[in-house]
Amino acid sequence: MQTPAAFEYERATSVEGAIASLQRLGPEARLIAGGHSLLPMMKLRLANPEHLIDVNDLAELAYIREAEGEIRIGALTRHVDLLNSDVLARHYALFRDAEQVIADPVVRNRGTIGGSLCQADAAEDLSAVCTAAKASVVIRGAEGERVVGMDQFHVGPYMTAVGAAEMLTEVRLPLRAGAGSAHEKVERRAGDWAIAACSAAVWMDNGQLGDVGIGLSAVGLTTVHLTRAEELLRGTAPSDELLAQAGEIAAADCAPTADGRGPVDYKRHLVGVLTQRALRRAIARATNQEA
Amino acid sequence: MTVNGEQVSREVEPRMLLVHFLRETLDLTGTHWGCDTSNCGACVVHLDGRPVKSCTILAAMCDGHEIRTVESLERNGELDPIQMGFHELHALQCGFCTPGMLMTTRALLDENPDPTDHEIRVAISGAICRCTGYKNIVSAVRWAAEYEAAQKGG
Repeated sequence: MQTPAAFEYERATSVEGAIASLQRLGPEARLIAGGHSLLPMMKLRLANPEHLIDVNDLAELAYIREAEGEIRIGALTRHVDLLNSDVLARHYALFRDAEQVIADPVVRNRGTIGGSLCQADAAEDLSAVCTAAKASVVIRGAEGERVVGMDQFHVGPYMTAVGAAEMLTEVRLPLRAGAGSAHEKVERRAGDWAIAACSAAVWMDNGQLGDVGIGLSAVGLTTVHLTRAEELLRGTAPSDELLAQAGEIAAADCAPTADGRGPVDYKRHLVGVLTQRALRRAIARATNQEA
Repeated sequence: MTVNGEQVSREVEPRMLLVHFLRETLDLTGTHWGCDTSNCGACVVHLDGRPVKSCTILAAMCDGHEIRTVESLERNGELDPIQMGFHELHALQCGFCTPGMLMTTRALLDENPDPTDHEIRVAISGAICRCTGYKNIVSAVRWAAEYEAAQKGG
């Protein structure tokens, strides 16, 4: 039987209260929301927090809304609600692509966007999605809030910019003209982690790629941000040759390891193909030409 | 918490998982404890109406919430249509995955009374039948959907 080691449990009734508890209880305290990453890690003794602060009652953190030229997603928004959101599907179709292949529908009823991002598993899909979308996150501590771009969010494997006694409360996606996006993932079986996945977002401007965002899952120690491929494409009119070049850069710039999901050369090849597919689909969506 | 419509109150260790609380503390052994890793779906129960994997939820997290287990499907000696469908179309062999399958597909029909075969397959994609009797399970869910539609129509 797998059971976590003993810990103390408390339930937060406000964001301020949760942060105060983190401050009071120190580094051995953890927030728990959906718990579908943390509890398995606790069962395996990969995580041994002495205190869990349950934030599931913080309904004020479960929302998807448009405000001030952004889509704002509360940290406690569950995967199922990201999947079903028409606002997200309209502006950032890659969320629905990704949410259809994140775990399974029952797990998606529990897991949250805040939990997924803070877990910062390199194989996790939403970190690549938010990287491609050029999202930023709101991190709140006792002293107030700060807004951190996805570029500064991942500081190492399973490590984020969220500090001690801080909490990720919101994800912000910029609303920009000419947007199209897609997430392409290959997995061994339904609901599995990716062998590799690519998130792409484009913002078209007069037939050219005004801006591009590309993130990769499962092929590095952290989510891979493909800045070199973005630079290649930015300001160009998309062509098959350019997309093929972007795929080559993607295959070169990722850092997969060989494991049960496949050898390195296979994963690099896969990344090249998925990057081209994601970009092509994102562009088709931005120009209303999706087949 | 409320379990199958009844208010229950117990002191438990924070680390007690919902599946063990149901099985060992409340003696509701219909919910099966399977893979323990949120993969197999044998332990699915409803939490505030949504299907969840009870091996990956703390009992303490359900304080103040509503849990529904497979034991609640039969009412007044009458099987739920989803149980009738599984019975009619032989959708269980060893029966280990059945409680989770029933609760997962009951939730599907509550949300989508007329699912396609594909929608059923997606809904049970987080539930593993080691006898690999998926075809009959999908047929049973369709049977239940049609039965419920006919009941409503009639």
